[in-house]
Amino acid sequence: MDDTWVIIPLYNEEDVIADVILDVREKFPQVVCIDDGSTDGSADAAAAAGARVVRHPFNLGQGAALQTGFQFTLADPSMKYVVTFDADGQHQIADVVGMVERLRAGEAEVVFGSRFMDDRTKANFAKKMVLRAAVGYTNLTTNTRLTDAHNGLRAISRRVVAQLDITQNRMAHASELVAQIGASKAVYVEHPVHILYTDYSKAKGQSLWNSINILADLMLR
Amino acid sequence: MKIVAIQLVLIVAVVVVAVRLLRGRGARTQAVRRLGLLVFAALAAWSILFPSVVTSFARLVGVGRGTDMVLYALVVAFLSFTLTTFGRFHDFETRYTKLARRLALDEAGPPRPSASGSEQQEEPYAGS
Repeated sequence: MDDTWVIIPLYNEEDVIADVILDVREKFPQVVCIDDGSTDGSADAAAAAGARVVRHPFNLGQGAALQTGFQFTLADPSMKYVVTFDADGQHQIADVVGMVERLRAGEAEVVFGSRFMDDRTKANFAKKMVLRAAVGYTNLTTNTRLTDAHNGLRAISRRVVAQLDITQNRMAHASELVAQIGASKAVYVEHPVHILYTDYSKAKGQSLWNSINILADLMLR
Repeated sequence: MKIVAIQLVLIVAVVVVAVRLLRGRGARTQAVRRLGLLVFAALAAWSILFPSVVTSFARLVGVGRGTDMVLYALVVAFLSFTLTTFGRFHDFETRYTKLARRLALDEAGPPRPSASGSEQQEEPYAGS
């Protein structure tokens, strides 16, 4: 598992980030947190938990943080796979193990996590509708067929990581990433994952209103 | 023709804005824009002295009053300004994102500190 880097964009998650990192490092020792200008003690907590920390001098957005993570891990010649993982603890490390296994088996070059392939993930109706609409838009505008486009859990092999260039700093990066993978003709699969909507992640999570901002970002680019 | 106070004020304002925009150095491509600006300033001054010019032009293109036509032109100008500004800010954002990323990555150092490249760099300091 030493050839796999877990990239965690980090922004003001002081309370949970240490537990998330300790949990990840049980399976994947190579963890890099991109601290996106947190104003709390997130970066120090992440470093104390054993992650490498790359600090943006000020807040740039999650998409920018992911791209920084890609470039950081590309500088490691022994890196074969990267995993993008959320800092708020809603992703399960067991899912990541399964996703990286599929990359390792050569089944695909990209494995997208999807919360809609089984009914483990409990999302409310409005959230489901918005996410479905987002998938519809992404499928329509990119060269892909997915069931869940805005899932932060992905496993990507080196060749594809090297081709990525995320320029959407804010949340529209998820669609941009899918579009670039679609354009790269890389073989991708989806992997059923369980998103745990805790009270914490619900309070921190995206407002549904933000989907309008995402759409505007995508159309005005 | 009698020059009213407001006409004087407006003409001075147009001239000041035009001079300020024309000053400073720029590439050759800016020349066209600057010529355009001169023409615009002349037209503005002309329309201030002879307000009926705008009205008669408005009639010509089928708009009732000169003020209405100026308003429409303003809306178009404002929208194009908004779009160019949006584009500029986007370019600007791309640049400072790359700059900030470079800083962050340089500060963080290599992903594997024990890798061969950094070991050599650290060697000179090992004995001191």
